Amino acid sequence: MAWALDNDRPIYLQLMERIQMDIVSGNYPLGGKLPSVRELALDAAVNPNTMQKALSELERSGIVYAQRTSGRFITEDEHMLKELKAQLASEHIKEFLSKMRQLGLKESETLELIKHAIKEDN
Amino acid sequence: MEMLLECRNLSKKYRNFCALSDLNLSLKHGEIVGLLGPNGSGKTTLIKLINGLLSPSSGEVLINNQAPGIESKRIIAYLPERSYLNSWMKINDIISYFDDFYDNFSKERAYTMLDKLHLDPSRRLRTLSKGDKEKVQLILVMSRDADLYILDEPIGGVDPAARDYILNTIITNYNENATILISTHLISDIENILDRVIFIKNGQVVLNSSVDEIRTQHGQSVNALFREVFRC
Repeated sequence: MAWALDNDRPIYLQLMERIQMDIVSGNYPLGGKLPSVRELALDAAVNPNTMQKALSELERSGIVYAQRTSGRFITEDEHMLKELKAQLASEHIKEFLSKMRQLGLKESETLELIKHAIKEDN
Repeated sequence: MEMLLECRNLSKKYRNFCALSDLNLSLKHGEIVGLLGPNGSGKTTLIKLINGLLSPSSGEVLINNQAPGIESKRIIAYLPERSYLNSWMKINDIISYFDDFYDNFSKERAYTMLDKLHLDPSRRLRTLSKGDKEKVQLILVMSRDADLYILDEPIGGVDPAARDYILNTIITNYNENATILISTHLISDIENILDRVIFIKNGQVVLNSSVDEIRTQHGQSVNALFREVFRC
């Protein structure tokens, strides 16, 4: 099954986000090995060069590292994972807040709605 | 780095009609390129010129710095718009034929791909559905170790599942040194597997850009940009 990708944003960015998400959510365990570029490209149904670019960017950020002959691995650094999680969460929150503003809600109202929603969820 | 393909000031006239006019284009090794344009924009003419099936009215086509000829046909694997295979032939006969004809054809690869399709190789071409026929033809082309694969409308007229199979076959067989040129107008289906797109309009290149550059610059998909550029 191809990965769901948006039409209006660069593909490599979306691939990075998806892999980061899989790392944060534990689909790929810390210190574990990532599938090869080709396997990931096939799974996502994207160009292998684009997947390569996404992985190179993730390497630059330090969340994955390459071992010359044996492929790419997820970092073992729990601190880095925590930072990534916080960063992803804050991006989602920013997006959410901007949508609430578009709906014309005040911050206090948004906060009330969140509390209410959490209560219902539990 | 040396260019795999170069078209310099390429023009092709059919009597008074100018199918290509002063077209310039180069492809390097290791990319998947979409050749996109509306019907009658010159896509197939360009592809036939690259394959040496037409000769230019002016300008030149160079493949590895040579004009199209025996050597270029060896390194280009071409999937034409229409089939040229004899429909009475059996799949395994055609595979033997290709194996005999091209020194870079891999029989094993062809049979492995056929096997995945659950197609009986002893069937005659004419007994296959349109989708299966297209798949067999793609398998024949992708089983060659070519430098340049040219696929003219490989996904036209097949159902979405067959389309997925075809795209999957292209990604699986792609190697980093080869270049694939795909002509189509079904852009949204293939957008994610392309490095770069070339828009052609009235026989000229009007855009030559990477997919992610287009998305970054225009904030829209190649498909949406195409509709804008070619609005009737």
